[in-house]
Amino acid sequence: MIGLIGKKIGMTRTFQEDGRSVPVTVIEAGPCVVTQVKTENVDGYNAVQIGFGAKKAKNTPLPMQGHFRKAGTDPLRTLVEYRMEGEPELKLGDAVDLSVLGELSLVDVTGITKGRGFSGNIKRHGHHRGPDGHGSKNVRASGSIGMHTFPGRVVKGKAMPGQYGNKQETKKNLTVVSVDTERNLILVKGSVPGHKNGIVTIRPSR
Amino acid sequence: MNIIDSIRYNDLRDDLPEFNIGDTIAVGVRIQEGGKTRIQNFIGAVIARQGTGTEATITVRKLSSGIAVERIFPVESPNVDSITVKKRGRIRRAKLYYLRDRTGRKARIREARR
Repeated sequence: MIGLIGKKIGMTRTFQEDGRSVPVTVIEAGPCVVTQVKTENVDGYNAVQIGFGAKKAKNTPLPMQGHFRKAGTDPLRTLVEYRMEGEPELKLGDAVDLSVLGELSLVDVTGITKGRGFSGNIKRHGHHRGPDGHGSKNVRASGSIGMHTFPGRVVKGKAMPGQYGNKQETKKNLTVVSVDTERNLILVKGSVPGHKNGIVTIRPSR
Repeated sequence: MNIIDSIRYNDLRDDLPEFNIGDTIAVGVRIQEGGKTRIQNFIGAVIARQGTGTEATITVRKLSSGIAVERIFPVESPNVDSITVKKRGRIRRAKLYYLRDRTGRKARIREARR
């Protein structure tokens, strides 16, 4: 099934009838445009490519401008392809909005997480700090990374400092709190990867 | 108005009276007990107000049998059934956290003159 591309707007809180507070992320999802329809005969597999977000023509390479002209749309910033089981029913240039998600209650949201640069073990892996006083010098240090002559190497996958964030991540099974098809807004419970105005994709949960 | 504010300020309740920091108010709290709901009053002084729109909360402080109790209420929550102002206070700051360090006569809030 097809998903949607959207923009993370921010978070707020809503209340349920019974008084429970629900933290929600607001996502402006769509309207997307079908920019390419791939079929088994021509491309070897069935898929639909959709685009989202306006972009200036002068910032778009000429071949891409032709690609968008074919679909009858202005240049778009983000393109995402969705594989289909059978031949796609959508046509080139069709608009795709929140109605494709229908009455779904659970969605998966994919985005690029906030980049935290080269981070240490405490931030990156949730390790504890070392002692602060008594002459201790390993306050935020990683500590031992292994044993001795046996095994004589560092175990694969050992948690160590390094790049943290700025990496694609998917949050699965988020509850859809409400949908505003008029303004293309979807409210999902909880947080979503990435910063505000970041591009996210929404697809039905499996 | 940006999108997030349009949600934050959408459908705000207008059944609550205006009240300020330092006022003594009674908050009608909806309490669910085994399928039944009843309203319990929490009477105390508003010592802080935080957030806007649906995220707005107030901190209410009262003395309960000699022990100070503070409760934070999300103003927009359906669990806050009603708010009635009992007394208007005359205060000089927005957060009355200094009351926590005081007891007895020193912990009073002067009443506002009409």
